[in-house]
Amino acid sequence: MFAYIVRRLLYAIPILIGVNLLTFTLFFVVNSPDDMAVSQLGAKYVTPEAIQNWKVKNGYDKPLFLNSEEGGVGTITDTIFFTKSVKLFAFDFGRSESGRDITSDISVRMWPSLAVALPTFLVGIWVNICVALMVVMFHATRLDRWTVFVFVGLMSISYLFYIIGGQYMVAKTWRLVPISGFDAQGQVWKFLILPVLVGVIAGIGAGARWYRTLFLEEANQDYVRTARAKGCSEITILFRHILPNALIPILTGVVVLIPTLFMGSLLIESFFGIPGLGSYMLDAIRSQDFAIVRSMVFIGSILYITGLILTDISYTWADPRVRLN
Amino acid sequence: MKPILLWSDGLVFLLVIALVLFFYKLREDPQTRTRWAQVFSSKLGMVAFTVIMTYVGIALLDSLHFRRALDAPEGMQTNEVFYDNKVTSVFDVLTGGMGERFERTYSAPFALISFEKKNTVDEQGNSVRDFPPLKYAGLDLADPGDKWSDILSKSMAPLGWGLLLSGLLIGVQWLFLRRGLFPWHASWVTQAIVICTAVWLVSISKHYHVLGTDKGGADVLFQSLKGIRTGVLLGTLATLVMLPIAVTLGVTAGYFKGWVDDVVQYLYTTLSSIPGILLIAASVLLFQVYIDLNPDFFSIGMEKADARFVALCFILGVTSWSTLCRLIRAETLKISQLGYVQAAHAFGVSHTRILSRHILPNLVHIILITFVLDFSALVLAEAVLSYIGVGIDPSMGSWGNMINGARAELSREPAIWWTLSGAFFFMFVIVLAANLFSDLVRDAFDPRTRLGGDDA
Repeated sequence: MFAYIVRRLLYAIPILIGVNLLTFTLFFVVNSPDDMAVSQLGAKYVTPEAIQNWKVKNGYDKPLFLNSEEGGVGTITDTIFFTKSVKLFAFDFGRSESGRDITSDISVRMWPSLAVALPTFLVGIWVNICVALMVVMFHATRLDRWTVFVFVGLMSISYLFYIIGGQYMVAKTWRLVPISGFDAQGQVWKFLILPVLVGVIAGIGAGARWYRTLFLEEANQDYVRTARAKGCSEITILFRHILPNALIPILTGVVVLIPTLFMGSLLIESFFGIPGLGSYMLDAIRSQDFAIVRSMVFIGSILYITGLILTDISYTWADPRVRLN
Repeated sequence: MKPILLWSDGLVFLLVIALVLFFYKLREDPQTRTRWAQVFSSKLGMVAFTVIMTYVGIALLDSLHFRRALDAPEGMQTNEVFYDNKVTSVFDVLTGGMGERFERTYSAPFALISFEKKNTVDEQGNSVRDFPPLKYAGLDLADPGDKWSDILSKSMAPLGWGLLLSGLLIGVQWLFLRRGLFPWHASWVTQAIVICTAVWLVSISKHYHVLGTDKGGADVLFQSLKGIRTGVLLGTLATLVMLPIAVTLGVTAGYFKGWVDDVVQYLYTTLSSIPGILLIAASVLLFQVYIDLNPDFFSIGMEKADARFVALCFILGVTSWSTLCRLIRAETLKISQLGYVQAAHAFGVSHTRILSRHILPNLVHIILITFVLDFSALVLAEAVLSYIGVGIDPSMGSWGNMINGARAELSREPAIWWTLSGAFFFMFVIVLAANLFSDLVRDAFDPRTRLGGDDA
């Protein structure tokens, strides 16, 4: 088990290097620092001096890969590739274009993101599984067919509609909770209820439909017929036979998401004014702050790879037949 | 009049030709025929297909672009013809100038007066602040109270024409298809509803704004209809870009194995570990920087917007191939272990022939299911991307841009709900139809569900 995890971690290194190279190519080779300076300063009226000043200020005035002017170690370390990309591995994200320290920004903003994403995730799974189990109980009846139709309908509605509609009905018309905002002290729950509710409802269509398919795949197995033949009640079959066996495919889809919860949701956070990483990314994209986008890409890939490793570990817990070696 | 072929127009017509050829070739295969027969033997499938075809038809009509010739300026004696800078499409003409009746600002559906007050001077010379009447709504009304009876009386004739037209069209189909095995009547009912609504909308919008107007005074119904082309094209072109990458890499990895397989696996693991939205956003921003730095590249504004649109399709395609590639690799691995492929190897059949004769035909169902499934996901994604600010160019109509422009207006009193409703409704209809259709296609083509038997 331990050896397996170490090996998986070692596998992660080339992938992270690949991510790093890809972002570097995108941000510095395709789009040279000069282009960036021009777009940050405004396309018209830029002088070569202004571009040079901007590059010096943001540390882009170095060669891309090899600095032949510096001797010794400086040949490699005093380049854009080293200062901007390699340092990501040490979680040193540098400063954003507006001069703020990205590392400290991220460590502050990750908690509001988690405060919204974690309840949405847990409640969402619980609701989806409950709904799906209920539908499976009425499998192959008219009720089942209509619920599936309703699921497809719910899936076909844009996420933006759920958010805008939820804000309009719950917050504006009924005035039950504030429309948006976040308060770290005291009544956080007041600001969290609506985003979580919207997130859960928006996910029911696709989620419950997916779980239903998984449960039905198990419901057609021989062991279910055997259980029914020996006189188990439908409830016992659902909870003791189908649910545990469907856990493996459920874990495959679900565990990988857990680490990425830290990243938050772009849409939910920006609509509800939650100062998390999602709105951080959105602001960065809108103000074309490539330093932040680069850091978030790196963090996102680390979290995703962590999720993959966690998925494998969770298999050993869910399925006694699986051994990691 | 001078026809214009935008990049996206060219690509979409290419796609249509490719699809027609593809299905024409598949027609000979009896297995595929029975599967398609299964899809179309349900009423739901027929209705969904008709709705999808309506959207595709509108998108294609809206892709036939031209620039109008302008009247020669007075006093100038030249034979040179000047063309309008605005690009018009055949669809714009068919809607009877629905998009050319601009008001000053917001107005509600079927309203006679503007949504916002304005300072005007009345006949006595006093300055009055009141809701000004609209320029293009209820012009031949003597009394505003007659509005609804006027709408009703103006609806009768177009509905009659619509019924007549659909009767003619369906009659022709009935003559040829009545003995068929498929539930054509479900499609005919949908066609009749679509035709009647279309005729009614075109004629009534000459007198009223059916879905009101937006901030710039443009007709919301027209904008929602223009969004159809953007949505349909994005949904198909992005998949079209993604397919060759995913299929080539997946098949080579699964068939040749060894180091090729390692490289491909490494590529898609790396790509899928990057948060998709960030990768798309970064690529779009970089392309935007490129456009900004080379403004002389495009002669008219529409071409610039179109270049950004095509680039978005490419970016979406290039960033999203990993899922399909993984599926295809796994399936190819499985197929290349089967007896008939082994036998072909033993007979010394070349790699290219094995790939084209034995492997690729057995992957068609995966490709097909992905194509239909991705379509609806992409249409929904467009709205989100436009909200983030990395979507369609604001000068090009799209549902995402409409939602983005109107989302703050719900908080006004009274709320401006019609722009959002228009965009969400048109988006919902196509996504629902595509989702329902893709379910049926998957049921018919996926071997797993076919063996599974009774589940839907």
